[in-house]
Amino acid sequence: MPNSVRVLQISLRRRVMDRFMTALAALTVLLVLLPLGAIFAYLLYRGFGSISWAFLTQIPKPVGEAGGGMANGIVGTVLILGIASVMGVPLGIGAGIYLSEYGQNRFGDLVRFVADVMNGVPSIVIGIVAYGLVVLRQKHFSAIAGGVALAIMMVPTITRTTEQMLLLVPHALREAAYGLGVPRWRTTLSITLRTATSGVVTGIMLAFARVAGETAPLLFTAFGNQFWNLHANQPTAALSLQIFNYAISPFDEWHRQAWAGALVLIVLIVAAVSAVRIAVSRGTLAGVR
Amino acid sequence: MGVEIKVEKINAWYGKTQALFDIDLDVLANHATALIGPSGCGKSTFIRCLNRMHETLPGARVTGRVQIGDLDIYKGTSATQLRRRVGMVFQKPNPFPSMSIYDNVAAGLKLNGFSNRKQTDEIVETALKSSALWDEVKDSLHKQSGASLSGGQQQRLCIARALAVQPEVLLMDEPCSALDPISTGKVEELIFQLKSKYTIVIVTHNMQQAGRVAEFTGFFLLGRMIEFDKTERIFTNPSDKRTEDYVTGRFG
Repeated sequence: MPNSVRVLQISLRRRVMDRFMTALAALTVLLVLLPLGAIFAYLLYRGFGSISWAFLTQIPKPVGEAGGGMANGIVGTVLILGIASVMGVPLGIGAGIYLSEYGQNRFGDLVRFVADVMNGVPSIVIGIVAYGLVVLRQKHFSAIAGGVALAIMMVPTITRTTEQMLLLVPHALREAAYGLGVPRWRTTLSITLRTATSGVVTGIMLAFARVAGETAPLLFTAFGNQFWNLHANQPTAALSLQIFNYAISPFDEWHRQAWAGALVLIVLIVAAVSAVRIAVSRGTLAGVR
Repeated sequence: MGVEIKVEKINAWYGKTQALFDIDLDVLANHATALIGPSGCGKSTFIRCLNRMHETLPGARVTGRVQIGDLDIYKGTSATQLRRRVGMVFQKPNPFPSMSIYDNVAAGLKLNGFSNRKQTDEIVETALKSSALWDEVKDSLHKQSGASLSGGQQQRLCIARALAVQPEVLLMDEPCSALDPISTGKVEELIFQLKSKYTIVIVTHNMQQAGRVAEFTGFFLLGRMIEFDKTERIFTNPSDKRTEDYVTGRFG
C-alpha cells in the first residue's frame, strides 16, 4: 500500500472520530439544557394564561372569590431576598477573603470544613435554626427571620466560591501591588478582589438563585401573609410559600395561580441574575479588548 | 558619585534553608549594577531583600543592614513606605488585568491615596514617555486593558507603573527573560536612559545584557557574592577562578 493512501486513511478515521466526539459533546450540552427548557416551557404553558395585571398588582381574594393575585408575595420575596443578601453577601465575601489571604492555618481549615458541611445541611434545618435565633426571641414571625434563614444558606456558598476565585488570582499581581508600596489590605480589596470580581459575582448569583426559591426555611420564619406588609418585622408573604399553599389546596383557581406564581418567580430570578451580570460586565474592563 | 545603597552582612532564609550568606555591597547612585550567576544562586532573593519583598513570603527571614539613601530600611521605616522609594520590575510582566493602561500606570498613586487628577495625568504621561511606550498607547489609554498589550509592551507598562511612584531606586528581576530580542533591545535601551535619573539594580541571566547595560557587575554563586567589580573587569579579567569559569561558560 502506498504511503500517501495510508496517511489519507488515518486522517479520515481521525476526522470521523473528531466529528463524533464533537457531536457527543454537543449532545451532552443539549441533555443539560433540556430539563431547564422543559421546566420553563411547561411553566409558560400552565402559568402564562393566569398572569394578568390583577395577578401582579392585587393581593389574594378569599376562597371562592375569583381573581386576586400575588402582589404581596412578589414584594415579600424581594424584601426577604434583599434582607438575606444584605446580611449574607458581605459576610460570605469577608469570610472568603479571610480564607484565601490569611486562612492558611488550622483555623482556616476548620472554617472551610464547617462551610462545606453547612452547604449540605437540609434547608428545613436552617429554618429551625433561624426560628430559634429570631422568631422565638421576638415572639413573632417576620421577614427578618426569613432573611436570616436564607442568609445562613447563602454564606457558605459565597465563602467558598470567593475563596476559590481569589486563589485563582496570580500571586504576581499581589507582588506587583506590594512593590508599589500598596499596603496589604488595600492590595486585597483593590487588586485581588477586583481582579476576581466576575468570579465572585458568579458565586453570589449561584447562592442567590439557590435560596430565591426556597420554601422550607420560610415556613416558620417569614411564615407568609395574606395581606400587604412592608414591615420587615412582621410576618411576610413570599412567592414560594404562596405557591406551596396554593398547590396543595383543593381549588382549581388556586392551582392555576400557583403555576403563574412559579413562572413569575423564575422570571424574577433570571431577571435579577441577568441584571447583575450586565452591570458587572459594564463596570469592569474585562470585556474590553 | 555617592553610594546610594549600602548593604552590610545580609543573610536570608526560606524557612530553615539559608539562601544568602553575609552579602556586602555598595551600589553607586545613577549607575546600573548587574547581578549575574547560575539559577538558584540567590540573586533574586538578594534584590527582594532591598525592598523588603523577601519577608512577604511565609517563613522567610532576613538579618543584616541595608541603607538606602538616608534610610536604614530594616529599622527606620515601614515596608510600604520603603517600597514607594524603591520600585520593582518583575521577571514576568504583571500588569493589573482588570485595569486600563492609564489605571495601571496610576495604580501606585491611586492606591496610595493620591487623588489629584491633573497631576496624575501628567505623571502618567511622563512615566509612559520615560518607558518609551507613550506613542504606542496614547490613543487607547482608557479604552484598552493593560493585559491586552504584547509581552514587550506589558513589561514597559510595568516599568512605567514603577516609575510613576517616582522612586529613587529601580530593582529589575530579569526584566527581559520573557521577552523577544526586539522587545529586549527596547527595554535595554530604556535602562540605559533611566540611569541618569535612577539607581538601577538588575538581575540577569544574560551576560551580554549585563555587559551592555551595567557599569558594575556582581557574581553570585550558592548564596554568596563571589566577586564584585567593574563590568568590564568581571568579563575580561576576573580575579576569582569561579567567576572566570562562569563568564567563559564552563559551568552554570
